[in-house]
Amino acid sequence: MNIITVKNLVKKFGSFTANDNLNFEVRKGEIFGFLGANGAGKTTAIRILCGLSTPTSGEISVAGYNVYTQTEELKKNIGYMSQKFSLYEDLTIYENIELYGGIYGLGLKKIKHRTTELLSNLKMYELKDTLIGKLPLGWKQKLAFSVAMLHEPAIVFLDEPTGGVDPVTRRQFWDLIYEASNSGVTIFVTTHYMDEAEYCDRVTIMNNGIIEALDTPNNLKEKYSAKNMNEVFIKIARPNITH
Amino acid sequence: MKKFLSFIKKEFLHIFRDVRTLIIIFGIPIAEILIFGFAINTDIKDARIAILDLSKDATTQQITNKLLSSGYFMLETHLQTSDQIEEIFRAGRVKEVIVFEQNFAKRLEAEGKADIQLILDASEPNTANILQGYTSNIIYTYVNELNNLLPQNIVINSTVRMQYNPGMKSVFMFVPGTMAIILILISALMTSVTITREKELGTMEVLLVSPLHPTHIILGKVTPYLVLSFINVISILGLAYFVFGLPIKGNLFLLIAECLLFIFLSLSLGILISTVSKTMQQAMLISMIGLMMPSMLLSGFIFPVENMPDILYYISFAMPPRWFIEIVKDIMIKGSGLQMVWEETLILIGMTLFFIAMSIRKFKIRL
Repeated sequence: MNIITVKNLVKKFGSFTANDNLNFEVRKGEIFGFLGANGAGKTTAIRILCGLSTPTSGEISVAGYNVYTQTEELKKNIGYMSQKFSLYEDLTIYENIELYGGIYGLGLKKIKHRTTELLSNLKMYELKDTLIGKLPLGWKQKLAFSVAMLHEPAIVFLDEPTGGVDPVTRRQFWDLIYEASNSGVTIFVTTHYMDEAEYCDRVTIMNNGIIEALDTPNNLKEKYSAKNMNEVFIKIARPNITH
Repeated sequence: MKKFLSFIKKEFLHIFRDVRTLIIIFGIPIAEILIFGFAINTDIKDARIAILDLSKDATTQQITNKLLSSGYFMLETHLQTSDQIEEIFRAGRVKEVIVFEQNFAKRLEAEGKADIQLILDASEPNTANILQGYTSNIIYTYVNELNNLLPQNIVINSTVRMQYNPGMKSVFMFVPGTMAIILILISALMTSVTITREKELGTMEVLLVSPLHPTHIILGKVTPYLVLSFINVISILGLAYFVFGLPIKGNLFLLIAECLLFIFLSLSLGILISTVSKTMQQAMLISMIGLMMPSMLLSGFIFPVENMPDILYYISFAMPPRWFIEIVKDIMIKGSGLQMVWEETLILIGMTLFFIAMSIRKFKIRL
């Protein structure tokens, strides 16, 4: 079952075409990697899928909602986390959860329940009245992910979620992603780390506003006869560089 | 609505957890009012005056005695001709000259009215204003006493002439001026900084992805500042009235409504600044240099607009505080009603709508 369908997506800013006729589907529950160099058009596409920006043309549906007309409903059913992350440093863990719970319209009971569930899962329950600013970066990152999942969205968009985090924490972060994926949540993730691309079920590589490749990491490696995703990426994004 | 409330709660938490913000919001306004208030010495004793009595009758003598026995004035000299007025002011020997017209008592008796002219050295505007107040008061009391005794009412017209500073920056100017500056500081600067902060931290993106409507995000960000600014207006007026004995002659509700209008204007300016700036520093710079400085210098708060060179005078039209100060001054000191200040009020409303329209346009372009 497809949870995101994108047909002939075009987004232009004046004469500049950021997304040139994109076509892809994301299946329910999969981890979908969205790769590309800076300026390839990833962010533009994500903004459209999140209902932040209207496409110039194309048929796009996310979680069953139309991105032109049903942005309100769409926003209720997706979660979002970016590298710059979403938690307020001068609020405590609980206050942050309460805020996002409130914004997504969860009742107070539900918020309390989800807080206990989520913090016990992260083994951070005793810290619930600690200011976010006092936590190490890795913890904040994991917490931000859990908060993005607070309202039990169908899809979570992760925009370079592991930027600036050490390898061990990144590994732990991916454990959380797998866990969410196993419980049926669809993960749409962009990353700069090619080793992370290997963790995805399927990967898309964008370059200059178009999709150059879309397949499982293994198929891509085979097709481009590369040892790892890094080589695949370089062959696609920088075809004139030879090794 | 619930969503909106949890957002506002968070905004208040931001404010109350940040000591610097608290100081700016509550410390500065009170300190500013107290400093301005106490720096202006309202207690004047034994001011030197000169009297030019062209009538020299019993009534003028009585008034002179009343003035001199009040304790506020000391007679420097009696002048003989009006030519001496300029001279004695230039010599800096007196602060005020009182001129009784010819046939003062006779006119009072025959026509029931007579003229006194008060000429003041307004190079020290505060002193001049206070002295004028004292003099008028004494004359007024005297006329009242007479009227109680006499069958028909008499009137003494006192005309006031301010020497050297006809623009007359009044002692009471500091309240409207400070109020304007403080409201701009809190409403415009603080809101522009707090909105850009969310942009800089990246939380704005997360909020935009959430089901909260962008309008609600902006409203949620400015509501706490609206509340706090309003509290500030009330405390400034309270301080001015109870501590410094400033009059509020006009309608208090009109005054508060005008203050609210100015708060809205400042908030919309703050929003506009936040839509054009990417970082907090940028927002702060624009607010301080682009807004606070011209507001202080060109609004008539520090320099009277009437004395400005033509170009600056016309630029001052574009300064929202200029109109606000005018309105507050009129309502508080002159006791004007809406029919006297509707033009200024319309200008402020127009500016507010303009800033809101600009912000919406900028916001849309950014998305």
